[in-house]
Amino acid sequence: MNKKKEMICIMCPMGCELTVEQVDGKIKVSGNTCNRGITFAEEELTSPKRMVTTSVKTEKGVKACKTTIPVPKDKVFEVVKEVEKLRLKSAKYGQIIIKNVLGTGADVIVTAND
Amino acid sequence: MIKTDCLVIGGGPAGMSVALSASQNGSKVVLVERDEVLGGILNQCIHNGFGLHYFKEELTGPEFAYRFRKMVEKDKNITVLLNTLVTKIEDQKVEVVGSVGRETIQAKAVILAMGCRERTAANISLCGTRPMGIMTAGTAQKMVNIDGKMPGKDVVILGSGDIGLIMARRLTLEGAKVHAVLEINPTSSGLRRNIMQCLEDFDIPLLYRHTIFEVVGKDRVEGVYYGQVDENYQPIQSSKKFLPCDTVVLSVGLMPEMNLASFVPVSRVTNGAIVNEYYQTSKEWLFSCGNILHVHDLVDNVALEAQQVGKFASLYAQGKLPLQSKPIEVAHTKDFGYVLPSVVYEGEGEVEVKFRLKNKVVKKTIVAKCNGVVLDKKFVLAGVPGEMLKLSINKNGAVGKIELSVE
Repeated sequence: MNKKKEMICIMCPMGCELTVEQVDGKIKVSGNTCNRGITFAEEELTSPKRMVTTSVKTEKGVKACKTTIPVPKDKVFEVVKEVEKLRLKSAKYGQIIIKNVLGTGADVIVTAND
Repeated sequence: MIKTDCLVIGGGPAGMSVALSASQNGSKVVLVERDEVLGGILNQCIHNGFGLHYFKEELTGPEFAYRFRKMVEKDKNITVLLNTLVTKIEDQKVEVVGSVGRETIQAKAVILAMGCRERTAANISLCGTRPMGIMTAGTAQKMVNIDGKMPGKDVVILGSGDIGLIMARRLTLEGAKVHAVLEINPTSSGLRRNIMQCLEDFDIPLLYRHTIFEVVGKDRVEGVYYGQVDENYQPIQSSKKFLPCDTVVLSVGLMPEMNLASFVPVSRVTNGAIVNEYYQTSKEWLFSCGNILHVHDLVDNVALEAQQVGKFASLYAQGKLPLQSKPIEVAHTKDFGYVLPSVVYEGEGEVEVKFRLKNKVVKKTIVAKCNGVVLDKKFVLAGVPGEMLKLSINKNGAVGKIELSVE
């Protein structure tokens, strides 16, 4: 399968404009100014991941939370929905509220400062 | 009357960091915060990307705030006054009202760490009516992340600052439809990684050289007329279109909150106080650090700057700050937005200057010269205006004027 994609590297504030091409299984990256751009582009083309930060409902309001590691990009909305289903009595800093969310290997933990 | 060595106004990242540093350098500190919890705006910045430099790991805003708050709470030399508002700064006396009632705090050094305020619809003379549904990005952020309420369902964002970009993603994840981000300039002031992660990931259009011509709506926002602007930022009427929406979110810049200290001169570029090598304003007992001094790129840099300033303020409070010798002006060529501090003093040792570039540079050297002699230089692989850069200058023998240039 041949793919071609243009993307901005998010590894540092420089924001290189990358062009990534996949021809017969081989990935070719151009536009990068360092090697980190290649690693980023390869993962972004094959299995892009994102951290999810959202908030969880408690009896007193909402508390900030996050996934402990990035999850596949196409699961981001579903992870947010999973967190939305919860109604916690209380939420403490660092508390795990969902273990291995949607089988991604990421836990969802409370990050709120209080 | 409460008496202390150092009084810190503001309990965000700058205030907490400056208080810790002042205490570690031997001063008694009072920290005044108007909110009920320490952390400032970090508490509502629930996204990640903080702490990479300071803590060497990637944290969310509340986590960054939590770590500092714990350190402040453990420090026996710091007294924190929450729910307390400063109403006046006059000489070394500061009037407050709040948890301690109405009080006067006398301090040897006062440190401004109140951060910024967002520019509002009034600040940018936004045309049209003023119905419910027009708010700054920070207000929308507080509604969603702290209060757990959605500001609306159909959103248009004006301005592409980082908070606006972050809110485009946040509102989308919470089920709103963000129809467009309008940016009047040909480029965005937001980080490109945020344009990618927050807009492109969700197919939210970013329209450059576009702005809102008029907000429409009586009780609630009903939509906006928007369109393109020409090179002089004038609306091109033929491009005018109507976009129905119920919410307009503004991300159009930050202004240092200097109203309490309007008696000191400010820079026309940063809108923060003009400071010397020790971050003293025109009043030698009044220091400034963090976003109230200049808008930083990263909270890590706010914390690091405040750490330096805490030391200077503490030394001043104890009468140990080096006596000021002859001033040296720190000037710059047109390639720079600003350089800070703008005055250093003759003597030995190194002094750190911070600067922002006006335009993107690739593979250039930043040079600091005094009377044609190179004092220091730094190679920059790629420098962008959004990034705050630093240069350590050896000032031994420098007199009169140091000039920074790009070569």
